[in-house]
Amino acid sequence: MNVTEQTSPVLDNREPDRFTTALLDWHPWLPPLAESELTDTHYEGLVDRARAKSPYFMLLARDPEILGARTRSDKDIFYNIAGGLPRKERELAATAVSRFNGCIYCASVHARFSERQGGSPAALATLLETGKLPADAEEKWLLVAEVARELSETPIGFSEVHVRVLRQAGFEDAEILDLINASSFFNWANRLMLSLGYPTLPVEK
Amino acid sequence: MLFFWDKSMTNRFSFDADPPQDLIDHVVGIDAGSWLDTLRRGRSVLRDNAQLSSELLLNPKDDTDFSKTERLAVTSFVAGLHGDSGIYELYLGLLARLEGGARLGDVIKDLVVAGRTTGPYGAYPRGPLSNEDLNGIGFSASPAEIGERLAAALNHAHFLTYHPRDASVDALETLKAAGWSATAIVTLSQLVSFLTFQIRIIHGLTVLRNLGPTADLNILETTS
Repeated sequence: MNVTEQTSPVLDNREPDRFTTALLDWHPWLPPLAESELTDTHYEGLVDRARAKSPYFMLLARDPEILGARTRSDKDIFYNIAGGLPRKERELAATAVSRFNGCIYCASVHARFSERQGGSPAALATLLETGKLPADAEEKWLLVAEVARELSETPIGFSEVHVRVLRQAGFEDAEILDLINASSFFNWANRLMLSLGYPTLPVEK
Repeated sequence: MLFFWDKSMTNRFSFDADPPQDLIDHVVGIDAGSWLDTLRRGRSVLRDNAQLSSELLLNPKDDTDFSKTERLAVTSFVAGLHGDSGIYELYLGLLARLEGGARLGDVIKDLVVAGRTTGPYGAYPRGPLSNEDLNGIGFSASPAEIGERLAAALNHAHFLTYHPRDASVDALETLKAAGWSATAIVTLSQLVSFLTFQIRIIHGLTVLRNLGPTADLNILETTS
């Protein structure tokens, strides 16, 4: 990834060169809006007012309506706990997709989220480091990560075989739909995060 | 299981239909009240916002910075690259209804044939991940028939679809030089990125539709 001097005079060597669960920063390549420019339409697009502090959301706020639709989709996929896949597995799917597409920033955030929901830190660390879960990870996890990856190929590799295997392993249809939704959504999220800016490691204090 | 595609069905889709049509239900063939409709409605906020996203990006009220023709050209291109024929035909159909859209659609179809490959590929920052670097094809649309501005957008769409980890500030500078404002670049990025989501949802739901619900399998097993 190229980082030009004009956009990052100080931080040139702080771009992570590997996947990590560290708390990374993210810097936009295009100017975000300033808080003074925000109208009610912008705040509605940001959904949470606190996101006015985030350069990522303030850049996306240049088109506030699609940002709002994106954010409400995100929240229903990952935070709606009425049935469906446990949250740690939705976050595992987000992590696996991000690892496959190569979004170091996204993978760091969602590996931490999966851990916080009870996901295995050791299994997630192996996924980040090698791109694969350890062979002795639980079957359900291996299937989630594999299907997330098939859904992220272009052309899309997901097929009826995957649904049959998931059903045989005990996944309900509402869980399979959550897996499709979470994996598909991270194809959207990874591309925005990767293409509109770059991550840096936290500054040591 | 064979999936028979009725072309006339996709061509009936319109964002202005009354009553309104859900694009994903339409292209997958999900009937109101069916098992898959019920399943989708378990995530109704997502269902509504996936539809709203399509409307905002493809049928915008204000298209001065990024025209509807440009949007549908980019959209048809991205759908074509994915190779899911139902949604590709639907978007080419919407493009063809615009002035000059049918001719532009023919150009897009040729570019899709030239641009199709497999992804994701690309390079990581130099270091321990470098052994995972994968080379893929470059893509450069000729501006001769479509102009510098749309050609730059299609090149960016090809990169975002197949090798987003090759991202750089240079790609955004190239768009700016071709006449794209910062805000229009954000909308273009949302459009292509959203489509990589939407096409996967359509693909996944189509697989489920073709298989039928779990319950049917159980009934077959218990009655045989």
